[in-house]
Amino acid sequence: MNGPVNDDSSLVRVESATFSYGGDPVLEDVTLGIGAGAFMGVVGPSGSGKTSLLRLLLGTATPQQGTVTRRADVAVAYVPQLETVNWNFPVTVTECVLMARSGRGWPWPSRQERAEVARVLQRLGIGALADRHIRELSGGQQQRMFIARALLRRPQLLLMDEPTTGVDVTSRHDMLHLLGELNTEGVAILLTTHDLNGVAAHLPRLVALNRTVIADGTAREVINAPVLERTFGAPMEVLQHLGMPVVLDHYHPVGPPVKPSVSPAGRVSA
Amino acid sequence: MIEALVDPFAYAFFVKGLVVATLAGGLCGLIGVYITLRGMSYIGHGLSHAIFGGFAASSLISVNYYLGAGVWGLASALAINKVTRSRRIGADAAIGVITTSSFALGVALLTRFGTKGPSFDAALFGSIIGVSAADVWALAAITAITAVVIAVNYRALLFATFDPEVADVSGVRVARTDALLMLVLSLAILATLTVIGVTLVAATLVIPAVVARMLTSRFSTMLWLSSLIGAASGFVGMNLSYHLDVPSGTMIVLTGAAVFTVVLWLTGGRRLVRTGRTGNRNDSDPAPVTTG
Repeated sequence: MNGPVNDDSSLVRVESATFSYGGDPVLEDVTLGIGAGAFMGVVGPSGSGKTSLLRLLLGTATPQQGTVTRRADVAVAYVPQLETVNWNFPVTVTECVLMARSGRGWPWPSRQERAEVARVLQRLGIGALADRHIRELSGGQQQRMFIARALLRRPQLLLMDEPTTGVDVTSRHDMLHLLGELNTEGVAILLTTHDLNGVAAHLPRLVALNRTVIADGTAREVINAPVLERTFGAPMEVLQHLGMPVVLDHYHPVGPPVKPSVSPAGRVSA
Repeated sequence: MIEALVDPFAYAFFVKGLVVATLAGGLCGLIGVYITLRGMSYIGHGLSHAIFGGFAASSLISVNYYLGAGVWGLASALAINKVTRSRRIGADAAIGVITTSSFALGVALLTRFGTKGPSFDAALFGSIIGVSAADVWALAAITAITAVVIAVNYRALLFATFDPEVADVSGVRVARTDALLMLVLSLAILATLTVIGVTLVAATLVIPAVVARMLTSRFSTMLWLSSLIGAASGFVGMNLSYHLDVPSGTMIVLTGAAVFTVVLWLTGGRRLVRTGRTGNRNDSDPAPVTTG
């Protein structure tokens, strides 16, 4: 597989990084570069090290071996998993987005900051929800709120932890298109996800991760049966549909197999 | 009737106590918002007990109460913060170990050597008898300092309380912000301990914030509402304390508890699903986006 964008143009570059929380390594010998304008997804099973990789890229964790190099002037913003947020926290959408303002720390934002927030919320289609409590929003709207908060920092690189988890199919589709628009405006985006078909259809670059990088390339190079089997540790069937790979879900019933029984009439039933 | 109500204002000790109780209520209400939203309600209880150890030790060696107990309390708060951040021991266990040990030491020292300052009962349950003009000024100064610290660090404190990980990557110095909060919390407990009492000061941190949370879903509103409820509870509680001849801390807490009960009954506690840094995601339908 090709490992695209591993050169000096990288905004952030991880080289031969090994990282653990004290026990066995959760990441081992990982090398990855994110170039300006990248639009990429990291796929892998739960516990494969996706969130830890994000922490290395963000600089909130340091590898025990290897290096993480970030270009000095790069502005990075982060969108967390919805599951990690306290949705009963008493903040409105505007208050939540205003947390990211970079100016003075006073309680009252400037008129310019308020206008900026209104503009970003409007652009993301949730302008009318500005005064709502954050719990009153749907999963897709909550994701947009966090993207708005991230955009307020005018990032060159946007890192997102499972933005397609917990949202319906339409919201997921809209979300990926919105991210595509931001990418064409110059924001490099890296997201982690379990949604193989969604990222295969929308993202030009994918990384398969399971403690180490299994594959790094286009959807066709990463979403195929051999790579997915190595990544997820189980055989997976991949079809090609309109030139795009589609991963099939197989139903594996839980519990002992049901023996077919033969009726007196000779009919076989399960 | 009116005469009976204004009668205690003729006494200087009562006026001083009333000012202290009102300021203390407002101060604890303000800080309590951050404490309850961080799921650290127990820390107020723990720190007041820790400071009791400092109170006993400073009394024994004739060091100024504010200096001795203050240093002791801040050291305890920072130790709790450090132990909690190391993630080897949870916040509740860290508070339990550090603060109860300190309290036990305080009890041992006072029992063995006695006290030169406020009595044992006054320290436990609060009293306005021993409030001096210096105590009033100290509390006023600490209230002003706390208000300025919270105003200047408003965004950092809010962000670090709501989502410390994202705050950290968004330029907020979370460890420094947490330490700052521990500092003002220690100062607040230190300044209110003599009036409210060790055993009851935690309630003045928690009750106003919880009541305010039941009334609003807006953070900025919750801040001033909690301060107002705390100050009003202090004022009313202190007056009731005089008229009913019951310790001041007890009546301040009971007043807050009464307000809590009334507001819970009126609102049904709908907004109190959960506080703390993690909670359940919303699974409701999307909010309709309308322009009307």
